[in-house]
Amino acid sequence: MNLQDYKNVWIFAQTQRGKLSPTVYELLTAGRQLADDLGEKLCAVLLGHQVKAFAQDLINHGADCVYVCDVPVLENYLDDVYARVLSDLVAQYKPNKFLIPATNMGRALSAKTAVFVGTGLTADATEVSIHKEDGQLYATRPTFGGNLMATITCAKTRPEMCSLRPMSYEKAPKQPGRIGEIIEVPVDTGKYTGSLAKFVQFIKSKGDGLDLSEAEIIVAGGRGVGNKEGFKLLEKLAARLGGAVGASRGPVDSGWIDYRYQIGLTGRTVKPKLYIACGISGQIQHMAGMSGANVIVAINKDPDTPMMKAAHFALEGDLYEVIPAMLEALH
Amino acid sequence: MHIVACVKQTPKSDNVKIDPQTGCLIRSGTQSAMNPFDEFALEEAVTLKEQVGGKVSVITMGPPQAEAVLRDSIARGADEVFQLGDRALAGSDTWSTSYALSKGIEKINQLEHVDLIICGKQTNDSDTGHIGPQISAWLQIPNAAFVKKVVRVEKNSIVVERLTEDGSEVVELNFPCVISVVKEINKPRVRSVKGRMLAKRVPITVWTADDVQADKTKLGINYCPTRVVKSFVPKREVNAVAVEGANAKEKAAKLVALLKENKYI
Amino acid sequence: MDYAINEMEQEVLNATRELAQKKLKPLRAEMDAKEEFSIEMYEEYRKSGMFGLWLPEEYGGLGGGITCLAMAFEELSRACAGLALTPGTSALGAIPMFLAATKEQRDKWCPDLASGKKLWAFALTEPEAGSDATALKTTAIKDGDYYVVNGTKHFISTGKEADFYTVAVNTNPARGPRGISLLVIEKGTLGFSFGKKEEKMGIRSNPTYELIFENVRVPKENLLGSEGRGLLYLQETLDYSRPGVAAQAVGIAQGALDTTIPYLRTRKQFGQPIITFQALGHKVAELAAKTEAGRALVYNLTHRMDTEYLPAVRNALDNGTTVHDELKKLKGQRWTKYSAEAKLFCSNVAMEVADECVTLCGGIAYMRDFPLEKYMRDAKITQIYEGTVHIQKNEILTALIKEYASKEGEE
Repeated sequence: MNLQDYKNVWIFAQTQRGKLSPTVYELLTAGRQLADDLGEKLCAVLLGHQVKAFAQDLINHGADCVYVCDVPVLENYLDDVYARVLSDLVAQYKPNKFLIPATNMGRALSAKTAVFVGTGLTADATEVSIHKEDGQLYATRPTFGGNLMATITCAKTRPEMCSLRPMSYEKAPKQPGRIGEIIEVPVDTGKYTGSLAKFVQFIKSKGDGLDLSEAEIIVAGGRGVGNKEGFKLLEKLAARLGGAVGASRGPVDSGWIDYRYQIGLTGRTVKPKLYIACGISGQIQHMAGMSGANVIVAINKDPDTPMMKAAHFALEGDLYEVIPAMLEALH
Repeated sequence: MHIVACVKQTPKSDNVKIDPQTGCLIRSGTQSAMNPFDEFALEEAVTLKEQVGGKVSVITMGPPQAEAVLRDSIARGADEVFQLGDRALAGSDTWSTSYALSKGIEKINQLEHVDLIICGKQTNDSDTGHIGPQISAWLQIPNAAFVKKVVRVEKNSIVVERLTEDGSEVVELNFPCVISVVKEINKPRVRSVKGRMLAKRVPITVWTADDVQADKTKLGINYCPTRVVKSFVPKREVNAVAVEGANAKEKAAKLVALLKENKYI
Repeated sequence: MDYAINEMEQEVLNATRELAQKKLKPLRAEMDAKEEFSIEMYEEYRKSGMFGLWLPEEYGGLGGGITCLAMAFEELSRACAGLALTPGTSALGAIPMFLAATKEQRDKWCPDLASGKKLWAFALTEPEAGSDATALKTTAIKDGDYYVVNGTKHFISTGKEADFYTVAVNTNPARGPRGISLLVIEKGTLGFSFGKKEEKMGIRSNPTYELIFENVRVPKENLLGSEGRGLLYLQETLDYSRPGVAAQAVGIAQGALDTTIPYLRTRKQFGQPIITFQALGHKVAELAAKTEAGRALVYNLTHRMDTEYLPAVRNALDNGTTVHDELKKLKGQRWTKYSAEAKLFCSNVAMEVADECVTLCGGIAYMRDFPLEKYMRDAKITQIYEGTVHIQKNEILTALIKEYASKEGEE
């Protein structure tokens, strides 16, 4: 492998159900920075069916070039088909760095692609940078449940691949009128029709429709909530503030609230403007999922919990007294 | 159906202790156990075996003491266990680890044809989620990750439901294939009395890299593509402002006022 | 103290403790409140092999004895005496079968019993026959290859959920108590229905039902042993099952202490943890000592019983005979007195410990959110079922009188 042959920073522009995933704009921010530091181009890879229209949007948000594979066989995500198309693209165009969102799709896709390509992959990084001397990608990620940060490199193979945790970067601003190149890459559909996997159907989540990772205000509950009914109180406060309800792992494990609401290392990562933690002790795994919040409020009977220490505002008290009083004060 | 479950021995608690100076894991006093996500993988394998018949083999890669997770697997219902143990494997990243495991699975497949490989969603020590998809890549077989339900098992395929951020997707994979499972898929059973007794006596097969015909230039810290160049303990700020008041009502009113004042709400 | 004397018994303790911690405790309050049988827990018991602890490996069991059964019942009851009854009553229902069954009957019923695929239950009590088993009115009249069963059983544990019922019937009413026999009646047999579901003080997650038999035709192959020998098998069954109830009582007492002691250590009044008040602390010490005495009594007995039970089972399997006959050949001990003593003592200890623990913890313990009041409600049944404390005293006294009568003039 001649490392000099590999040029440009790629990002994977994930689409799902005909929509561009919002975290792609965060990849554009991170990727733009890497490309500028290297003096190379930022390219987006757009796979799907009837997704061409997003190419200009990607350019408007910082991409210099977009590779588009728009064919029916890519309408739904299948690991094999996507990983093969992606590794063929890598072989053909030889990118230098390659960022993929650390979504469920991106985690699996990046892993399989890295083996097909024969290169190293860092999972779920929260920070990426180009090293000034060696020009390598330095990807930093939490390990051991967030107790330790590790910076990982991939010196001998290209592209250096990395999946990037959603919410780790700001979304790239729109720059209307930006010019870039759109390259439609033909896909040999016949190669994939005999796939050993088949997409059967998509089942939409029965949730309330509010996406936790998009919420600006989150009222989250922990073990201190004590039971299922307690979350109704949290819902009231969230509704009053125009926010969403979340939870740490304890209540989810106890069956008080669905897994979809779990925030933390094994749940969602959120970055709201305001995060109100009610009866959450603040285990490091939970902190890993919400420490990016602009303002953190902690309500807890115990003033010595990590959350009460890490919060911007710490209110010592019983949430069953405090929240009704807050609702009254907000009235 | 012959199912292979992949398991790993990891530090028991999520709250492992890290030396803040060196950034290294403090091993002493840290108990090891089966990676909690692998418990779901093994349980699903055993459940499927009970439903459709067959056999569950378990493979792990790790140092000699990792045989403990294999014994634990027997207690939880596995039939046969295999360990990949070789100094050449030490320090492998996910790319190398998945390669070694795929070679081990090929060897198990030679002993008895393998239909399904099940991995946990990720490990609790490195949280990558790479191993399942990467094993499938090395073996050139289909896979699905974040599987929350096995919908049904057909003669030549398995239908599974996997989690996405906006719901779930049902996919059908031809055998042989790999699935990585999330904790929603089942509730792992406790170790049976018989299983516990059997676990102590079961012979453990240990294979070296040569035994599974693995290419040593793909293995271990000197050959794997990625490398940890730095590790450090994350900084946490302590800047909490206590919201004071005589009682809950006063404190709540003060908090609401503070939030409004700063235009947070 | 653990009384496990071999690896198998130790692993029974380990497995049941894990089961109690991970599976029973999260379910117990909910199932108690709902007064519902837990299918989820039943599946967990099956997966961990809880139904076959006392059955031979040939039938898929563990190959353990009465000690393994008692230890499991103690540890499960320590978490929840109600949910513990799923394997507990299946063993009680099946013990008379296992003792009296021919090889053919064993081969037919034991594999599904040991795997837990089929649940068993024991049906003796009738509206007018409880402590006095000889008064039972359910009849089973021979008609060709069948017995025609008529009558009503009530207060039957695991009723409706169980698949097989070992039912005490009278096959020859003219002979009174000498007409009593045991029949195995399968759920779903025409004419066999369930009446009232009882609402109980404790052990609420175990359903208690009335069984109604109206011209139920039961194949004669379902008769256990021979006609008219029912009381004998019943006595033998109770000799083996009462130490189980005693073990359950010990488990309940231990569970109550497990809840109480940490609470007394953290609860502060008058500026100090209340366990440091000697009046309370000494009470705890006394209760702990009584619980330990009960445990020693149970396992001393079951270990002795196993020295006969295990060889008898082995011989029955090797010789194709009944376990009952093999026990007779071994000319072993009559356990009636010792079983009654264990059950009497331990059930009284359980009730005393649970009651005192509620008092020690005070107001909180009276509330349903705190698990103690349930232990008190559950403890009560151990003084009642499989013979009340008074019946146990009768058994002990009868044995004592016989014992001393035979010694008369020995001096």
